[in-house]
Amino acid sequence: MNRDSSLYTILYASVMVILVAVGLSFTHQVLSDRQIANENIDKMQQILRSLRINASPKEAEAKYAELIKDAYLIKVDGTKVQGSEGLLPTDAAFRTDIAKSGEDELPVFVANVEGKVVYVIPMTGKGLWGGIWGYMSVSDNGSTVYGTDFGHDSETPGLGAEIVYQSFRNQFEGKDLLKNNDFKSIAVVKPGHSVADRDYVDGISGGTITSKGVNDMLLESVGKYKGFLLKLNADAGN
Amino acid sequence: MALSAKAKQALLGPLNKNNPVLVQVLGICSALAVTSKLEPSLVMAIAVTIVTAFANVIISLLRKTIPNRIRIIVQLVVVAALVTIVSEVLKAFAYDVNKQLSVFVGLIVTNCILMGRLEAFALGNGPWPSFLDGIGNGLGYGWILVVVGFFRELLGSGTLLGIQVVPEVFYNMGYENNGLMILPPMALFLVGIIIWIQRSKYKDLQEATN
Repeated sequence: MNRDSSLYTILYASVMVILVAVGLSFTHQVLSDRQIANENIDKMQQILRSLRINASPKEAEAKYAELIKDAYLIKVDGTKVQGSEGLLPTDAAFRTDIAKSGEDELPVFVANVEGKVVYVIPMTGKGLWGGIWGYMSVSDNGSTVYGTDFGHDSETPGLGAEIVYQSFRNQFEGKDLLKNNDFKSIAVVKPGHSVADRDYVDGISGGTITSKGVNDMLLESVGKYKGFLLKLNADAGN
Repeated sequence: MALSAKAKQALLGPLNKNNPVLVQVLGICSALAVTSKLEPSLVMAIAVTIVTAFANVIISLLRKTIPNRIRIIVQLVVVAALVTIVSEVLKAFAYDVNKQLSVFVGLIVTNCILMGRLEAFALGNGPWPSFLDGIGNGLGYGWILVVVGFFRELLGSGTLLGIQVVPEVFYNMGYENNGLMILPPMALFLVGIIIWIQRSKYKDLQEATN
């Protein structure tokens, strides 16, 4: 057959595309279990880091099972969605990705660390170049931050990307999200600056837009949990 | 097994006098982007070597059947399929590294070294020399990445493969990591320095000046 005829070209292209498609779907099928397991472990590591625990990928699952006592979805007013409880990666709380869905049902993870009950909530926002996200653990008074973890897609190394390091994250410990029974969040300010009406931490020098992104994420994404946090605060009796 | 002179040239030429990065100045984009640490540099070097070698072999095997009018498309499909497989394997077995390399694994598809080798070599040579040529060019690209990654991580973060190597004493005496090293422009400087060293050693690579 003539190599330059149109029929040959079309046939060649079709056969090639079908073969490649079959090959790739097969590869994906074979590897997808491992990939999902990796993603789950990565998420568990992030949740654990927000509880001030650095777990290696190997320890993450055991440590997660040991510390996380409950997980469920809540509505915006802070009430639990009935039947949403479940600890497994296949259950509602773990599966829900707040970045993807404009969902009105939000995941909460309940941990028991050193005898204290701590609530872990996910957050999501925008940095300079792409998405940023994280987890924040809050004490049972609904206000005091126990720990945080941040992640990012593509912030500038050495500048905005510094938000993932402990030197930045540790600043949040002990800060309060609530003031006078209202959600005020925690401000991220330029190093050396301060704000009067709420708690604040120092941003990253040279990473102004990423710092502002974290500030907005704490205000808006954590702000969705306002009802839940205020309810915890009322239940704690102060 | 002794290699013929031609096979030797295909394998070893790209490591030095016909280096894709230093002499042909190809694949610079990813060389700048992934070399801020040594580990992603190593993984990227291995990934590109595997993809170049196998893409070369596949195209070389198909070279007598590929319709001329769509040969670039065929090359792209082969490369894209291989890159997708590499990316899937990394996600399954080296998740952390895959996260660090992020989009750059996918962008191997657009690495000029690949298309260059397929067009210039694999379409006109048998599978075995093509395989050697792919390995040679992958390694020629890879060793530059590793050298650049080594210096950027050492001087920029004081670590190698994530392990602290600059002793604490230095920091106490006032030594500081060079933050500039982590930014992409420094990779360009380092590649420039390597090119400088190579050309002062091999005078025949220097362009004539007017």
